[in-house]
Amino acid sequence: MLEITEQSIDPTALRESLADPGAGGLCVFEGWVRNRNEGQEVLRLEYEVYEPVAIAEGERVLDEARQRHPFISARCVHREGSLEIGDLAVWVGVAAEHRDEAFKACRYIIDEIKMRLPIWKKEHYVNGDSGWVNCERCAQHSGE
Amino acid sequence: MKRITVRYFALFREQAGISEETLELDVETARDVFEQTRGRYGSSEPRGHCKVAINDELAQWSSPVRDGDTVLLFPPVAGG
Repeated sequence: MLEITEQSIDPTALRESLADPGAGGLCVFEGWVRNRNEGQEVLRLEYEVYEPVAIAEGERVLDEARQRHPFISARCVHREGSLEIGDLAVWVGVAAEHRDEAFKACRYIIDEIKMRLPIWKKEHYVNGDSGWVNCERCAQHSGE
Repeated sequence: MKRITVRYFALFREQAGISEETLELDVETARDVFEQTRGRYGSSEPRGHCKVAINDELAQWSSPVRDGDTVLLFPPVAGG
């Protein structure tokens, strides 16, 4: 299940929701907001999400991960809106019978989500500039 | 000519100054929509770095567009 939320992510509740007597382990990836990117000091950032496509594509990613690395259950939650340094931006958890599937599926899910979902990150820098991450024109656009 | 609603996101929306518009375009594919509208938001972003959806379904640049379709232009994504 993939969810998009404007609220803080609660990793304890998510972890508990994946508990299963048949699971031998849980692999979790937490993405945090970092204070530096490409030489710039980051003050805060904003995530923009186009939810109808993000949810559908996210579910496809989870299905693919399950086919490649069979697991018992998995959840992914991604924030949208304004975030501060240290905030939890994305949480991926995979419970599986054995650790190998859990690690591999978790890695597959976060990698594909970063590449495929319509989610955009705008960084606001300490020097007052801002820029959309991964856009060619970020450098020119920032500060306009 | 086809009547196409074009939606802009993130950087494209900021550059266009609007989030969507409906245009009469002489287009066959999603690629044609991207190329014919890029001047409206002043993008030099390589098409290969961007994505497109038609009527809320992710599509290919070669996907055909029909009269009345909504084409969503996604600049480079950066989730996670």
